[in-house]
Amino acid sequence: MSITAERTYGFDDLPRLMALMTGDEKHGPAATSTLDVLWVLYDRVLRAGPEHLDDPERDRFLLSKGHGPMAYYAVLAAKGFVPVEWLPGFGAYDSALGYHPDRVLVPGVEIGSGSLGHGLPLAVGTALGLRAQGRHDPAVWVLVGDAELDEGSNHEAIAYAGPTGLDRLHTVVIDNSSASHARPGGIAARFEAAGWSTETVDGRDHEALYAAFTTPHPGRPHAVVARVEPKDS
Amino acid sequence: MDSMRDRFASVASRMLDEDPRVAVVLAEIGAAGFAETLRRHPGRVINVGIREQLLIGAGAGLALTGMRPVIHTFASFLVERPFEQIKLDFGHQDTGAVLVSAYGSYDAPAGGFTHMSPGDVALLDTLDGWTVHVPGHPDEAETLLRHAVGAGDDRVYVRLSEQKNGRGLPVDGARFLTVREGRRGVVVAVGPMLDAVLAATEGLDVSVLYATTVRPFDSAALRRATETAGPEVVIVEPYLAGTSTAAANDALTDVPHRVLGLGVGRRELRRYGRMEEHVAAHGLDPASLRERIEGFMRARVAV
Repeated sequence: MSITAERTYGFDDLPRLMALMTGDEKHGPAATSTLDVLWVLYDRVLRAGPEHLDDPERDRFLLSKGHGPMAYYAVLAAKGFVPVEWLPGFGAYDSALGYHPDRVLVPGVEIGSGSLGHGLPLAVGTALGLRAQGRHDPAVWVLVGDAELDEGSNHEAIAYAGPTGLDRLHTVVIDNSSASHARPGGIAARFEAAGWSTETVDGRDHEALYAAFTTPHPGRPHAVVARVEPKDS
Repeated sequence: MDSMRDRFASVASRMLDEDPRVAVVLAEIGAAGFAETLRRHPGRVINVGIREQLLIGAGAGLALTGMRPVIHTFASFLVERPFEQIKLDFGHQDTGAVLVSAYGSYDAPAGGFTHMSPGDVALLDTLDGWTVHVPGHPDEAETLLRHAVGAGDDRVYVRLSEQKNGRGLPVDGARFLTVREGRRGVVVAVGPMLDAVLAATEGLDVSVLYATTVRPFDSAALRRATETAGPEVVIVEPYLAGTSTAAANDALTDVPHRVLGLGVGRRELRRYGRMEEHVAAHGLDPASLRERIEGFMRARVAV
C-alpha cells in the first residue's frame, strides 16, 4: 500500500507531465515502456513517499535502466517527490533532471543510473545491508531492461541472489524485445535456473502487474518480466 | 612476523566485533581468514563468489543502507577489473567504502602478469576523493586499516603488500614522516620502499620523507623539506613509476624544481621468479636506486 498522502495526480495525468519534458503529447513505446510498471509500483506497491525519503524502513526502488527517464520523472512528480515545475527544465544545465537520473540531485532517486548493469548488484548489496541491520520489512525493487540483462554484472547478481535466498529483493524486467540476441528459453528461465521466483505478465495490464508484484515468494528473490510492445514497433 | 594480509583478517575481524556498521565483502579470495568470524557475524561477512563486478556493486549497496563495507581481493581484480563499478557505484552514487587489496605490483611474481597490478594507484588517481594508504609494515597496515574504516563514509584504498620494511613507524593516516634530513635534495619513499631508499641514500646528504598515505598528497611536508634540502625531488613508489609526479609538481608549482619519479616500469617483463628479481629488474634495489638518485641530483643545471 502506498503511504503517499497526495493523490492529486492519476495515471491519466502522466502523458501531460511527460509532455512538459518533451513537448510531445504522443510518446513512442520506448519512452513509455516503463510507465505502467512504475505507476503500479509507486501507486500501489512501494512503501515510499516524499515524506519518507530518509526513513530506513522505506522500500527502495532502484531504476537501473536509466535511459529515457521521462516516465520515471513524471511518476516522481505525480507522487510529489519533485515539483512539477522542475519538469520543463529536463536536460538543461541547471536542471536536476538529466537524461540519466542522479540520486544526488533528485529527491527519492535511490541510485544514479545510465550505465547499464549497475542497479541489480547495488540492489543485492542494499538487500544484504538491510538484512544485516535486522531490517526485514523493507522491500528492494530494481527495474532493468531486457537488453540490459546482457551485462555480465547482472548475471553475477542473479546467480548470487537466488542461492542465498535474498527474498526481499525484487527485479522487474521490462521486456520490449530490444536485446539483439534473445535469451534462449526466455528471460524468466534465466532467473528460475538461479532459484528465483518468477512471473511473466502483460506490462500494460495494471491488475496483472499488481498481482505479479504481490505474489508471495518465501525464501526466494522474485522476478517479474513485464512484456510490452517491441521497441521499434 | 605475520604478513599484511594476515593482519588484515585479524584486524577486520576485530572491527566486525567492535562496530556494527562494518561488513566485510569478499570474492572467495581471503575467505578462509574469515571462516571463524563468519560464524559470529553471518550477515556481515559476505562472500559473493568469484564475481568482482558484484563485489563492488554489492559493497556499494551496503553503503547505501548506511553500512561501512570493507571490500577485499587482489589488486588486479579489485581495482582494474571492475573499475567502472568503482567509478560509478561509489563516486557517482556519493557513497564510500574501504577497498583493501593484496598482491599489487609483483608481489606474487611466480603468478605472472595476470596477478600483477602496478597501475592500481594511478588508475584510482583518475577519480576524485579517494584516500590511498600504502603501509610499509604490518603494524602500519593495522593502524591505517583502522583509520580507513573509521573515516566516516570516505572512499579509501588500502594497498597491502608482501614487501615490507624491517620495522614499522608511527604513521598517522595523513602526513609524511621525516626520516632523515639533508641539504642536497629530497627523496620520498612510499610504503615498502623505505628500507631500500635508506640503504640507497646512505652517506648522501639528502632528506628522506616516508609516505604511507599518498592521497591526499602531503604537499606541505614536501614543501617544507625542499626549503632546507633544495627543490630536487625523487619519489620512489612500489607501483607504476611517476604515479605521484604530478602531485609533487602541484605541491611545488610556484618554485623552480625538478622531480624524478621512480617505480615499477610500464613494460611487461613477462617473467616469473622471485620478488627480489623483479625489484632488481625495475631498478628498485638499493644499488640501482643509488645510481639513479645520485645521477639525478648531479644533473643540476649550472647557473
